[in-house]
Amino acid sequence: MATITVQRPKLAWHEKLFLSTLVKGLKITMGHAIRTFRQIAGKKEKVTMEYPEQKWDENLPEYYRGAPALVTDEHGRERCVSCQLCEFICPPKAIKITPGEIPSDDPWAKVEKRPKEFEIDMIRCIYCGMCEEVCPEQAIYLRKDYAITGESRAEMVHDKKRLYEIGGMRVGLVNKWNELK
Amino acid sequence: MAVFLASFDLALLVTSVVKIVFLTFLVIMPMVAYSVYAERRFSAVIQDRVGPNRVGIPLTLFGFKKDIQILGIGGLVQPLADGLKFFLKEDFTPRTVNTFYYWLAPCLTIVPALMTCAVLPFGSELDLSIIGLEQPVKAVIADLNVGPLFVFAIASLGVYGIVIAGWSSNSKYPFLGGVRSSAQMISYEISLGLSIIPVLMIFGELNLSKMSAFQDANGWLLLPLWGEGLSLERWVLLVPVVISFCVFVVAMFAETNRLPFDMAECETELVAGYHTEYSSMKFALFFMGEYAAMIIGSGMAVTMFLGGWSIPFAPLIGLDYKPGDTPLWLGLLHIGTFFAKIVGFILFFILIRWSLPRFRFDQLMKLGWLFMFEVALANVVLTALILIAFNS
Repeated sequence: MATITVQRPKLAWHEKLFLSTLVKGLKITMGHAIRTFRQIAGKKEKVTMEYPEQKWDENLPEYYRGAPALVTDEHGRERCVSCQLCEFICPPKAIKITPGEIPSDDPWAKVEKRPKEFEIDMIRCIYCGMCEEVCPEQAIYLRKDYAITGESRAEMVHDKKRLYEIGGMRVGLVNKWNELK
Repeated sequence: MAVFLASFDLALLVTSVVKIVFLTFLVIMPMVAYSVYAERRFSAVIQDRVGPNRVGIPLTLFGFKKDIQILGIGGLVQPLADGLKFFLKEDFTPRTVNTFYYWLAPCLTIVPALMTCAVLPFGSELDLSIIGLEQPVKAVIADLNVGPLFVFAIASLGVYGIVIAGWSSNSKYPFLGGVRSSAQMISYEISLGLSIIPVLMIFGELNLSKMSAFQDANGWLLLPLWGEGLSLERWVLLVPVVISFCVFVVAMFAETNRLPFDMAECETELVAGYHTEYSSMKFALFFMGEYAAMIIGSGMAVTMFLGGWSIPFAPLIGLDYKPGDTPLWLGLLHIGTFFAKIVGFILFFILIRWSLPRFRFDQLMKLGWLFMFEVALANVVLTALILIAFNS
């Protein structure tokens, strides 16, 4: 390996005595202090947002990965068919599905399965989006909710009802289970 | 016995106690708390952050979130929350420490720091004839004739707190911090003491109140713009005064263990230095001691170089001190001036802390022994020569 000799900078006498360098340093810090103070005092546009009061929500990008949630289609059908692929792919094993059968008198009887229970443990979830990627039914999506809080571990487990609440209805997706099939 | 009791001046006793309580608990302690807050906010704006701005007491003027915002600065009750936090934290004593000295060390740090404020003249005098005192009350706890010497004698005891904390913790980081700190403080005490000798020579006086009164009438040492201060002698003396001011301030930074000389703590090298093993209120005492030392040091610098409680250009605008004939409002204004100057000094302390990187230990010792000491010594000779030249 080649050796690089770094030349130390030659300092003038006032730099050696910290005179000019001290002034330079104080100028930099004071400059930052005054600029930021003017922002805080409201004389200048703020750069820092103060979180709970000010939020950046409307500017979140389309691809933002927040809480995973289940969606229904325009007919109000649960898109999930409980194939359990998301359960298997989930790296932190946050998803737990109990598959259930759709009774034969249901209009969507030909789909055959839907989840009886669908639980996502939001303490475990790492928001990786693999469930969304793996889902063959376009049933699970990462939404933009990010402030998920609870006072107990049980509260942090999103059940099926909560997941559909967050997910809502999603239109314009491929309808695999239309009348032609 | 009766004669002995009669010799007690009750008024003096009562006013002294009131002054002690006022200065220590109503001024220095809150100032310590708020300088911590100032440090946090000032460092925040220096680093382009906002800092702690939302502590409040619900349902009061200092209410939740949107309390009184002086220039947008909120969270003015933050020091209260900080103090409360210290009380609620677990006071953990490691098994391997030397318990007696481990408990003694925090006290030894804060007591000298608070004791030194006894000789600081924090105002001229208060005319309290409205409550029946004929003599005006001097705004200084103990009007000693050896003010600076007393301060140095007591302040140098502060190093024992640090050394004992470092040694009794029985752990390598506190030990290194304590050893470094003692070496540093002893070295810098020499330049600190030598740096004020020119000042004492100019005043011909060791009484801090008289120094302030002299500067009030004849211009501050660093601002000789009125009274006798306009003489050629004072302007020539400005050279050694500026030198001794610089040496004094640098040595004061070293004495109070502040960056760029915080060898005792060295967060990046020694975890937290001498108070690594301390928690809860014991740690808080070290913290308060450091800031109280800062306030007293600033008080000394202000008293000797920047006119103490004197208002700038006082004789020219009629706000000067006339012994025995100072109205109450002027006395209060003098007290306010003194603490305003101290606040300015503390902000300067904080600004320096967040501007300069730390010195290496050998650089620090080299600076202390091979530069500051010589400069301070030469400065004494220079001042003597100037004084002789003008007075012979």
